[in-house]
Amino acid sequence: MRLELEGLTKRFGSLVACDHIDLTVEPGEIRCLLGENGAGKTTLMNMLYGLLRPDEGRILLDGTPQTCTTPRDAIEAGIGMVHQHFMLVPVFTVAENIMLGRESTRRLGVLDQRAAEQQVRELSERYGLEVDPTARVEDISVGVQQRVEILKALANDAKILILDEPTAVLTPREIDDLIEVMRTLKANGTSIIFITHKLKEVKAIADRITVIRRGKVVDTVGPDASEASLAELMVGRPVQLTVSRRAAADADGEPASGATAEPSEEQAAESADDTSDTRPVQLRVERLRVVDPAGRAVVDDVSFDIAGGEILGIAGVQGNGQTELVEALMGLTDIAGGVIELAGQPITHLEPRARLDAGIGYIPEDRSHDGLVPTFSVAENLVLDLFRRKPFGSRGRLSLSAIRTNAEKRIAEFDVRTSSMHAPAGTLSGGNQQKVVLARELSRPLKVLLAAHPTRGLDVGSIEFVHRRIVAERDRGTAVLIVSTELEEIVALADRIAVMYRGRIVGIVDADTPWDELGLMMAGVPPEAAARQAEEHPTVLGALEDAS
Amino acid sequence: MRLAEHVRRMSWLYEVTISAAAVVLALVAGAVLIIVSNPAVVATWGYFFDYPPDALAASWTVVSDAYAALFLGAFGGLRALSNTLIHATPLICAGLGVSLAFRAGLFNIGAQGQLIVGAMAAGWVGFTVQLPPVLHLVVAVVAGLLGGAVWGGVVGLLKARTGAHEVILTIMLNYVALYLLQWSLTTEAFQRPGRDDPISPEVHPSAQFPHLFDTRLHMGFLVALAAAVAVWWLLARSTAGFELRTVGANPHAARTAGMNVGRVYTFVMLLAGALAGLAGTQQVLGTTYPLTDGIAGTIGFDAITVALLGRGSPLGTVAAGLVFGALTAGGLQMQITTQTPLTLTTVLQATIVLFIAAPALVRAVFRIRARRATGPVQALGWNA
Repeated sequence: MRLELEGLTKRFGSLVACDHIDLTVEPGEIRCLLGENGAGKTTLMNMLYGLLRPDEGRILLDGTPQTCTTPRDAIEAGIGMVHQHFMLVPVFTVAENIMLGRESTRRLGVLDQRAAEQQVRELSERYGLEVDPTARVEDISVGVQQRVEILKALANDAKILILDEPTAVLTPREIDDLIEVMRTLKANGTSIIFITHKLKEVKAIADRITVIRRGKVVDTVGPDASEASLAELMVGRPVQLTVSRRAAADADGEPASGATAEPSEEQAAESADDTSDTRPVQLRVERLRVVDPAGRAVVDDVSFDIAGGEILGIAGVQGNGQTELVEALMGLTDIAGGVIELAGQPITHLEPRARLDAGIGYIPEDRSHDGLVPTFSVAENLVLDLFRRKPFGSRGRLSLSAIRTNAEKRIAEFDVRTSSMHAPAGTLSGGNQQKVVLARELSRPLKVLLAAHPTRGLDVGSIEFVHRRIVAERDRGTAVLIVSTELEEIVALADRIAVMYRGRIVGIVDADTPWDELGLMMAGVPPEAAARQAEEHPTVLGALEDAS
Repeated sequence: MRLAEHVRRMSWLYEVTISAAAVVLALVAGAVLIIVSNPAVVATWGYFFDYPPDALAASWTVVSDAYAALFLGAFGGLRALSNTLIHATPLICAGLGVSLAFRAGLFNIGAQGQLIVGAMAAGWVGFTVQLPPVLHLVVAVVAGLLGGAVWGGVVGLLKARTGAHEVILTIMLNYVALYLLQWSLTTEAFQRPGRDDPISPEVHPSAQFPHLFDTRLHMGFLVALAAAVAVWWLLARSTAGFELRTVGANPHAARTAGMNVGRVYTFVMLLAGALAGLAGTQQVLGTTYPLTDGIAGTIGFDAITVALLGRGSPLGTVAAGLVFGALTAGGLQMQITTQTPLTLTTVLQATIVLFIAAPALVRAVFRIRARRATGPVQALGWNA
C-alpha cells in the first residue's frame, strides 16, 4: 500500500509540532524517520495512527484520502503500530494476546483456544516470525515480546507498519533478528516506517531516510549518506558525534568539529598509564546483593572496583539490575549483603546524606523524578543537596544571597538556558534540566561520580556537553561509574566495561572489545564464549559499529 | 532580574486572585441561597415575566440587607472588629498547623484532635497549678504547645516508621482526643467540684491571656501573628524549611539529595500539632476559661479550609483566618438582624472550599489565565 502525507500540520498552542509535512512511502519500502527527541516524529505517527487529529493536511492510502479519528479506524485501513512500550497482557499467552479483541468463540461464547493458536502458528510461518503461541508473555524475552506485537499488527492485516523506537529495549543480537524480520516483511510487500534517533541503525536498515527537525522535513536521503551528514541534518549544525574518552583534554579546548580526531599513539599510551595501577581505588564493591520484595536477587553477587581517573561503564539491557545497583551504591535501597568502600572506608551502612558528604556525586536516571524538584526555582535546585553547607546554610539559616551568587555562577559555567534563575526547573528543556543536575553535582570536590543514564532523552548537543563534562571530571581524578543502555555511549566513554545480565556481572572487559561480543554478553553469554560466537556470527550493526 | 521579579510577583498575584475569586463566587452562591430560602421573595419570582422589577427589587433588598448585616457584624465598630479577631485567632494558629503540613506534602486532618489535647493540657495547668501571673501563663501555653505536639508528632512518627497514611491516623486521633476530653471531664482531675455536667473549673486569672483595648480581644491574637511570622521565617529562610518544602514538592528528589524524609515528616507533624495546640490554648486561656467538651467547636476542621484558602502560605493563612473570623462574627449579627440562619455562613465557607478545590472552575468563570508552572503542593497530600 502506498502512503502519502500531504501538508500534515499539528499545533499545540504556539508550538508547531509538525509543520506541513509531506511524505510518500512506497509499498514494500522501509522508511526511516530520523530526528531528535521532540522533533515531531511521534506526533506525526500519532496522527497517522488516529491518536491525534491533524490541524491541516491529508493522509492518503493508495490515493484515497483517509479520515482516521481513532486507532481502530487506522487498523481497519491497514495501518499497524508497535509502540515503544508494549501493550501486552503479561499473564496471557502469546496467542491470547495476538487474538485479543478478535477472539474466535465456539458455542456459548467459549473461547476457542485451539483455533487461536492455529491462526497464530500460520501467521508466524507466513512471515517467518518464530513464536510459541502457548507461551505466557511474562515468560518470554523482550525481543520475542516485540515480535508478538508485530504479529498482533499483522494479524490485523497491517499493510503499513509503524515501529516507534523499536531497538531501545533490544540487545544487538535481537536488533539483528529484528532487521531480519523487517526484511521478510518488506519482501511480503509490507511498508515499514521506522522511527529512531540512532544513526547507525538507520544506515543498516533503511531504503530511504527522512530527517525531521523542529517539525519540518529537512531532507530525504539514501542509506549511503554518511553519519556525519545525517547528524548535521538532524541537529542543524555540525556535531561531534562521540566525545573520545582519551582526547578529552584536547577536545575541551576545541570547538565542536565534524569528526573526532584520532588520538595519537603517545597520548593513548600516556593516559593508559595514568589510569592503570598508579591511582588508588576509589570505589570498591564486593559481593553486593540486593533482593526485591519477592525475594529474588536483582543485584546478584556483584563485585568491581574503580580507580580514580577511570570510567567504568555498566552496559546491559534495561531492567537487568543496573537501577538497583546504583541505588544501592547511593544508599537509596536496602542491600541484602556485600561491602561498599569509598576510598578505603566502608560506607555500606551510611545514609545517603553521609555518602554525599563523603564525596559521592549522583546523577539519577530519572532527573525530573529524583534529580530535581520541578516546582522549585533553578537556583534552589542548584543547592538541593548542598543547602546545609556553608555558605548556603549556617546554623539553620539559609543564605539567599549565597544561593543567588551560586546560581549565577553555575548557570554561566554550565550554559543553562533559562529565562531566569528563579524560573521553575520544570519549565526547562530536558537538556537544561540535566545541566542543572550536573552543575550541582560537579560543583563540589568528588571522589566518585555515579551517572545513571546521564544522556537519556537529550538532544545531540546536550549529549555532547554532558559527555565532555563527565570525561573532564574523570580527568580531574574522580572515579566515574556510568550506567547506560546505549552501548555506543558506553563504548565511547568507558575505560572498562562491565556487562550486566539478570543482576549479575557477566564480565568486565576492555573498552575495545568488539561490538558483537558485548552484544552477546548483554544476552548473558560469558566473555570467552561471546568472543567465539561473535566471530562465527557477525551482525550487520556490529560490523558498522566496529568500523567507526 | 526585573523579568524574574515580575514572574514571581505574577505567581503570587495568581494565588491571591484565585482565593479572592473563590470568596466572591461563594458570596454569589450565598446570595442565591438567601433568595430561594425567603418565601416572600420566591413569590415575587412567580410573576417575574409579568413584572420583573418586583422580583429584582425584593431579591436585592433581602441579599443586601443580609450582607450589610454580615459586614457590620464583622467590621462595624470596635466591638465587631474585636469579635472578628477573636474568632480569627485560633483559626489562624490551627490553619498554620495545617498549612505547614501541606507544604511538606502531608494532609493534616488532625488539627481538631491536636487542638483538643492542647486545650486540655493548657487548661489543666491553668486551673490546677498555682504560679505567679506571667510565669503561669507561659507554663500553661508551653503545656498546650506540648500537648498538641505530642498528638501531631505521633502521626509523623507512625508515618515515618510504618508508612501509615496520615489522613487515616489524624482522623482516628481526632476521635480519640474528643473521647479523651469527654471522659477526663468526668474525672476528679478535670471536673469542676459540685458539677455533674462535663465542665472544668475556670483557669486562674494568672494564666489567662490579658485583654487588649478594653475589649474581649486577648493577647493570644498577637501570639497568633507572631506564630505566622515564625512559620514564614521557617519556610522561607531556614535550612529546615528548605528541607520541608523539598520533601513536600518531591519526596523522591529529597531522598536522593540525602534528606531523611521520615525525620522531616515527624518534625513537621510535631510543629503542626504544636500550632494547633496553641489554638486550643488560646480558646481555653483567652476565650472560654473553663474546659468543656465543646471547646474545639469546628475550629480544627475550619482550619483545613483556612489553610486551603490561604494556599499554604503563612501570610495567606492569616488573611484567610481573618476572612473566616469575619464570616463567623458577621454571621451571628446577620442572624440577629435579618433572621438569615447562621448556617448560611457554613454554606459560604463550604462553597469557598469547593471553589478553591476547583481552581479550573474559578479560572473558567473569571477567565484567569493559568500559570505555566505546576501549582502549590496542596494536591500532593493525598498520595504523598
